[in-house]
Amino acid sequence: MFSDFSRRSLLKAGAAGLAVGMMPRIARAQSSKVIRAVMHAPLRATDPLINTAWTGRNHGLNIYDTLFSTDSKFQVRPQMVEAYEVSADKLTYTFRLRSGLKFHDGAPVTSADVIPSLQRWTKRDTMGSRMMGFVAELKPVDDRTFQMMLKSPYGQVLQTLAKPSSIMPFIMPARLAAQAPDQPVTEFVGSGPFRFIASEFRPGSRAVYERNPDYVSRDEPSDGLAGGKIVKIDRYEWISMPDFQTAANALINKEIDFLEAAPHDILPSLIAAKDVTVADYNPLGFMSVVRMNWLTEPFNKQEIRQAVMYASDQADWLDAQVGNPEYYQASAAMFGVTTPLASELGWNTKPDIARAKDLLKKGGYKGEKVVMLQGTDSPLLSGSSTVTAQKLRAIGMNVEVQTMDWGSVLARRVKQDSTANGGWSMTHWVTTTTELMNPLASTVLDTRGKNGGFFGWPEDVEIESLRNKFALEPEAAAQKTVAEAIQKRAYDVMTHIPGGQFRQPVSHSKALKNIVHAPAPLFWNVEKTA
Amino acid sequence: MAVAGVLLKRSVSVVPVLAVVALIAFLLLRFSSGDPVAQLAGDNADPAAIVAIRARLGLDQPLPMQFLHWLWRLLQGDLGTSIVSNQPVSTLIAQRIGPTLSVSITTIVFSVLVGVPIGVFAAWRRGGWLDRFAMWTSVTGFAVPTFAIGYFWIYLLSMQLGLFPVQGYAPLSAGLGVLLWHLALPTLTLSLVYVALIARVARTSLLEVLNEDFVRTARAKGLPERIVVFKHALRNAAVPIVSIVGIGVALLIGGVVVTESVFNLPGLGRLTIDSVLARDYPVIQGIIMVFGGAYVAINLLVDISYTFFDPRISAQ
Repeated sequence: MFSDFSRRSLLKAGAAGLAVGMMPRIARAQSSKVIRAVMHAPLRATDPLINTAWTGRNHGLNIYDTLFSTDSKFQVRPQMVEAYEVSADKLTYTFRLRSGLKFHDGAPVTSADVIPSLQRWTKRDTMGSRMMGFVAELKPVDDRTFQMMLKSPYGQVLQTLAKPSSIMPFIMPARLAAQAPDQPVTEFVGSGPFRFIASEFRPGSRAVYERNPDYVSRDEPSDGLAGGKIVKIDRYEWISMPDFQTAANALINKEIDFLEAAPHDILPSLIAAKDVTVADYNPLGFMSVVRMNWLTEPFNKQEIRQAVMYASDQADWLDAQVGNPEYYQASAAMFGVTTPLASELGWNTKPDIARAKDLLKKGGYKGEKVVMLQGTDSPLLSGSSTVTAQKLRAIGMNVEVQTMDWGSVLARRVKQDSTANGGWSMTHWVTTTTELMNPLASTVLDTRGKNGGFFGWPEDVEIESLRNKFALEPEAAAQKTVAEAIQKRAYDVMTHIPGGQFRQPVSHSKALKNIVHAPAPLFWNVEKTA
Repeated sequence: MAVAGVLLKRSVSVVPVLAVVALIAFLLLRFSSGDPVAQLAGDNADPAAIVAIRARLGLDQPLPMQFLHWLWRLLQGDLGTSIVSNQPVSTLIAQRIGPTLSVSITTIVFSVLVGVPIGVFAAWRRGGWLDRFAMWTSVTGFAVPTFAIGYFWIYLLSMQLGLFPVQGYAPLSAGLGVLLWHLALPTLTLSLVYVALIARVARTSLLEVLNEDFVRTARAKGLPERIVVFKHALRNAAVPIVSIVGIGVALLIGGVVVTESVFNLPGLGRLTIDSVLARDYPVIQGIIMVFGGAYVAINLLVDISYTFFDPRISAQ
């Protein structure tokens, strides 16, 4: 009897299992008008002006538009602006907006929206605030025309308005731009090619965008962040997957269409997958940065900072971070390897141990502890720290590596105290080349010191003077000369050590075509075939 | 009447427990490293902006004031607003509780349906091949890490056989079948350890009862073995099993983080991790309060269920 009961149970369980197995195959290839994309991180904070997170920038690129944009050749091109004029004395810029621009709530985009948007943005962005130092007045002329009056000529007006990465000068309705700069907007209305579907937003999990049918695209091909923004899909779902192996499996299994940043060690399995394309659409890639704290011993001494560089080998950092040389390039360039300001002046990226030891001696190093903050959230953060610690120990430095999550690194690195009181000596991080390609936007070249400067707080009057000179110089050739002088000086005083450049390919379904080459993932112009 | 008494007695005892949970949740976060303001302010923030954000969030207030302010709002049912996403904490929790509850329920139901019969069979045929197999399986269930089991199921049942999706969650509104289809792999993954746990407890408990005098008497009366085991022995062995199921549910609600990550379930576990990494104090505090409340409620239900299985408890 007991055995009969058992058999019946097993049969029932088997039948149930079979029923589950017979359910429709995975909901593959959802509508050809929907793209499901797993991005490098989830969207949490939705105001792109609140912090420098790339997620905020990417969100902003979807739903807002900018006055100017940068194309794939790094040239500034009008975006919302139809035409502009610069007065002969270069003190008055007159801008005219394209006709028909509308916000997602149906209201027209006017000068009265643009001016407060720029004003709010310049309070959040270093490049913007530097420009505002030269601005005497921003005033509307009519609904579509506004003027920027300068106190003195400034050579970076258009480059500033076309800033291609965080924090970007997005244009919002005046009522939202009136929000205090340090308080996030709570309504998501832009005039960009996608509309944000707030009702489907799950912070940290999913963000959904739909095509903006009222978007007036420029009548030009897409080119970098510039040109036409014709949306050829109905909907784009930004999905978060904390586990990249799961995301890679989901892409191979056709459950998603796009994977922004699969770790380099997963790429071979994606390259081998039948229906997956692995390609690099970011023309500039990413750069690593090593930052030392000028306020604490031992890196308050220039010779000891230089000793760190001569103890280092960029290839070792890049091997630890990326692994495959196909995806990285050692380079001394502080403004990116392939940008207009690229220069190899200052360092051959190789170690010179004898010189490093000599500099340590000259700097009077007496065994002061180096507190290294090591973010462990990703190999891109953690690998290079381990390498540096070993290199410094090899030349006789006393290194304490403090491992923590990236949130703790962010909190610790703003501390200006001594290492004995919770301060720090050095840390590594990764940023987009776009954010470093202009000396005014590059925060690591901000040498205003502990009062207003960027963490690490280098202070150098000469670099600040050169940055001002760069800002005033309108000619590209002359800008390059100044940029080289900045780079040379930065290597001398050691504002930071460039850790090399690497590429982070995107993996996507072969059904996706015409993805735009740009320094951020873009979903206009993309077609999804059935 | 007995149930009402238990309910009343336990409900009163819930208040100090939750008060202690609230205090610990608050203090743990304030004394841990990290600063939400530094993250919010961004890389380029000047000191004045940091001061302004700290003041706006009330984080410049003395700790006792911050705690009392939070407690006062909590008593009014307001869990606060996320520092990072600016959304109400209650909304965030409501959005995320579905996947966690769903996978917890399917896991515990599956584990009971499989674990109890295995335990019963193993006890009934003690020392036999089934007993040895069940115990070997349970040791495996305890020993293999959850993520390894998850990847194994993904490889076998999704990537190779194409039976289930690799990841994702479908709400109940999409249909029960679709929901269960999405939860199949996470459930199988999480169940292994709970099947093992329940089977072992069921076996041990039943073995103890099967040696009791009343079982011997029942057999001596000539009752069929099925009646002896299921009607007499199993009901008397149920209290430890129910206890372990209750603990299992509570552990599942708060402990499915790894599984939610591997299978991309947008549940409370992932919300917890995200909030901890972002130092989103109000969200973490809200989640801890919800978990604390859930633990207390489940324990209450388990206590009440004892009175059903063992009337002597209600008499005490």
